[in-house]
Amino acid sequence: MDREQVCSLREIMEVDFVIKETALYLNTHPTDERALRLHNTYSQKLKELESIYQAKYGPLTNHEMSQFPWAYINEPWPWEFDFSLC
Amino acid sequence: MWIYEKKLQYPVRVDTCNPTLAAMIIEQFGGPDGELSAGIRYLTQRWTMPTNEGKATLTDIGTEELAHWEIIGTIVWKLVKDAPKEAIQGTPFETHYVNHGKSPFPHSAAGEAWTAAYIQSKADPIADLHEDMAAEEKARATYEYLIRVSDDPGVNETLGFLRQREIVHFQRFGETLQIVQEEINRKKYY
Repeated sequence: MDREQVCSLREIMEVDFVIKETALYLNTHPTDERALRLHNTYSQKLKELESIYQAKYGPLTNHEMSQFPWAYINEPWPWEFDFSLC
Repeated sequence: MWIYEKKLQYPVRVDTCNPTLAAMIIEQFGGPDGELSAGIRYLTQRWTMPTNEGKATLTDIGTEELAHWEIIGTIVWKLVKDAPKEAIQGTPFETHYVNHGKSPFPHSAAGEAWTAAYIQSKADPIADLHEDMAAEEKARATYEYLIRVSDDPGVNETLGFLRQREIVHFQRFGETLQIVQEEINRKKYY
């Protein structure tokens, strides 16, 4: 397994978690401007990281564009990652 | 509408091959207070939730529970995938193995198949949100029991993360309940 891929995905997962948390908080505090700024900043950051990752390792969702051949099906699938590498 | 993202919510690491522990962790895959129950419960309650804050909270926490269900399935899989049959025989995982092999299956640690009887949806936001808060605390308690019986450091890290999520979700459901109660009180004219 490609250690660099594991590390890149892990970074995406970390930023994704920030967004999950800010989103849940904003659902019950929709007028908290500071939290919304934090959410928007990390949302932008996630898009950038995902775009770099997907160009290299293929789509994270089946909505994304892919190089030929269709790379969405490529391993490793999430439950196959060895996160002890990173 | 849902879309699958090819990533886990938490980087699951499993340090041992341990079919007995897998048989216990499966409690959160298909047990009464497990992640499947949580996801189906919250997503089912959305249609009759009166406030936008409540609709969003049920949608997003329900969705996160399905990601937790995937994490639990991954722990179970990683605990058994390399186990030879000798490591399974005589363990509590053996009864699971003779039916499902090494596939996770939504039943409790005691082997009872998952049932919709584990959840409720009452079209009453006060009743539903109280059920949801209780469900989060019951799941937290289950994670504490699982951490107590597990001696796999990687598994315990992930269980610790899932336990924390129960606490955050309890907090958010509490806030949702308060918003719903304020909304109900506002509608009273004397």
